[in-house]
Amino acid sequence: MKISQLSIFIENQPGHLASPCAVLADAGINILTLTLADTQRFGILRLIVREWERAQEILEAHGHVVKVTPVVAIEVEDRPGGLRKLLEIVEQAGVNIEYMYAFTIRSGGKAVMVFRLDDMDKGIAALLHAQVNILSSVELYDRAGSAKAV
Amino acid sequence: MAFQWNDQNGSFHPDSALDFLPEEQLRALQLQRLRATVERTYGNVEFMRCRMDAMGVNPGDLKTLADIQRLPFTEKIDLRDTYPYGLFACPMSEVVRLHASSGTTGKPIVVGYTKEDMETWKNVILRSLAATGLHRGDILQNAYGYGLFTGGLGLHYGAEALGATVIPISGGNSERQIMVMRDFGVTAISCTPSYFIHLIEHGLSMGVNLKDLPLRIGVFGAEPWTEEMRAYIQRETNIRAFDIYGLSEIIGPGVGIECCRQNGLHIFEDHFLFEILDPKTGAPVPDGEEGELVLTTLSKQAMPILRYRTHDITRVIAEPCACGRSIRRIARISRRSDDMLIIRGVNVFPSQIEAALLKVEQTLPHYQIIVRREREMDDMEIRIEVTADVFSDRVSEIERITARLSHAVESTTGIRAKISLVEPQTIQRSEGKAKRVLDLRKLDTPK
Repeated sequence: MKISQLSIFIENQPGHLASPCAVLADAGINILTLTLADTQRFGILRLIVREWERAQEILEAHGHVVKVTPVVAIEVEDRPGGLRKLLEIVEQAGVNIEYMYAFTIRSGGKAVMVFRLDDMDKGIAALLHAQVNILSSVELYDRAGSAKAV
Repeated sequence: MAFQWNDQNGSFHPDSALDFLPEEQLRALQLQRLRATVERTYGNVEFMRCRMDAMGVNPGDLKTLADIQRLPFTEKIDLRDTYPYGLFACPMSEVVRLHASSGTTGKPIVVGYTKEDMETWKNVILRSLAATGLHRGDILQNAYGYGLFTGGLGLHYGAEALGATVIPISGGNSERQIMVMRDFGVTAISCTPSYFIHLIEHGLSMGVNLKDLPLRIGVFGAEPWTEEMRAYIQRETNIRAFDIYGLSEIIGPGVGIECCRQNGLHIFEDHFLFEILDPKTGAPVPDGEEGELVLTTLSKQAMPILRYRTHDITRVIAEPCACGRSIRRIARISRRSDDMLIIRGVNVFPSQIEAALLKVEQTLPHYQIIVRREREMDDMEIRIEVTADVFSDRVSEIERITARLSHAVESTTGIRAKISLVEPQTIQRSEGKAKRVLDLRKLDTPK
C-alpha cells in the first residue's frame, strides 16, 4: 500500500537543487514525480523513483542526507470535486495531511496524487473503506512506465 | 627619580597620586602586597594551596618580585572547576557582591568582592576616568550592561566617587540612548566601541549628529578595537576615545586605562602585578616584545588570583609616559593566544558552542562559527551540517530543531546566533578537522 519516498535536504541557494537531480540522471534513474518544500533558509526535496533503494545509496554516496518516508499514491478522479471527495474521507477519519503533491501520469480520467498523512495506517484504512483506489508500488511504477511510453 | 603630574588634559583627583608613585616605592608596595596575597591565598584557598604544595612553593619563598615566577598559574578553567566559590579566600559573610561571566560549559564564572574589594574597584575606576580627563560636572552615560556583567556596575561607582553625574542607562535600546544623550546634556559615554559606532550611525538615522552634542569623552572597552576605530570615532564626533582594560576574573574594568596621551594602557600596578610571558614556555619575554599578559591581584580580599593567564597578547611599553605616571603601560591588546572570541563584549569559546550542539544533537555535528561585523554590530552565525539523525521529512520538525539549537547556544553563551543548516560535506575541512571559526570581522572603520 505504501510507497517509499525519498526526502533530501537542500540549502536554499542557487544551484543546490541541481546537484541531486544530476546525481540521479547520471545513474539513469528517472524521477517519477517530485515536490519541493522550501523555507527561507532550506528546502526539502521529496521525490518518487522506481529504484528508490539504489537512488538512496547513490545520493548518500554523493554526500546527500536522505530520509525514506512512507507515503500513499491515491487515484483521484480527474474532474471538479474529485480531490474534495478524498479530502473529506481523510478529514472524517480525523487524519491530518502533512503534504501532498501530484503525479503527471493520468489514465482513464484518473489522476494520481501522493499523500503523506500523520497517521498513515488509519488514513489508509479509511480510504480503503470508502473504496478509494490506493496504488501499490508495482501498479504505480507500471502506470508511470506506460504513461511515458505513450 | 621623582615623577610629576604632567597631565594637563587629565583631571586631577587626589587618588590619582598613586599613579605617580616613585618606582622604588611602587615596587616595594607591590612586593609587600604580593606576599600578603600569597599568604592569604595559601592560608584560605585549598585549591591553590594544593597546587603550591605540589610545586613545593611556600609563601615564605617570595623574597623578590621576580620570585613570582615560582608561583603556579591560574587558568579560566580553574574558576570553572571550583565553581562557584572554590577560589574565595574569605567566608561568604564578608562577600558583599557577586558577579558572573560566561564560562565554557554553560556554568558561569563567579567572582566575589568584599567591602574592601569594592573600595579597590571604585579606586581604580576613579583613577581610570580621571586619567581620561573626566571630572566632577561631567555627565556620564554608562551604556555598559548592568547586572551580572562587571562592566556596568563596575564603572558606575568609580564614576560617582569621582563626582561625575552617572546615567545608569545600561546597554541596548539605541533610540533611547540617543534621546538621553541629546536631552540630558551628556558629556561622556562608556560602552563597547562597536556599540558606540553603531550609536553614531543610529543618531544620524534619527537626525541627531553626535557632533552637535557636548559629548567630549568616550571610555571604550570589553572588546578588542583599533586605532582606525578610534580615528573614526574622533572624526565623526567631538569625543576623545579611550581604551579601558579589565576582566572579571581580576576585578572587572579598571585594570588598565589610556591616559590623555592615548599611547598604551597604564596598568594600576599598585593593585595588579603584570607579567608578559611567552605563551608556550611561560618564560618572561624581554621588555617590548609581544607575549601573553599574566595578572596577579595585589589587593583583592575575596578572591585573590595568582598569575592569571589572560591569553591576551600585548607588550610592555617600558619608556616613561609623557603624562608623568610611573605605573607602566602595555600596548593595546592585539590578539589572543587561544580561540576565545569576543562577541558584543561577551567572551565566547568554540567549546561552549560544541557543548550546546551536543546537548541538542547527542553527537557533535560538523559545524562552523562565522563572526561578522555588520553595521558595526557583531553577528554570529553557526553553520551546522545536517545529519541523517537530525534531518526530517517535515519542515516544522527541522524548524523545531533549529530553534532548539538556537536556544541552547543562547543559553550557553548569552549570545543569539543565527543557526544555518547546511548540506553535508560543505564545511571546509583542513587536515580532517573542520575549520571551526571564521572570524570575518575587520576591525576597521566603516566606509
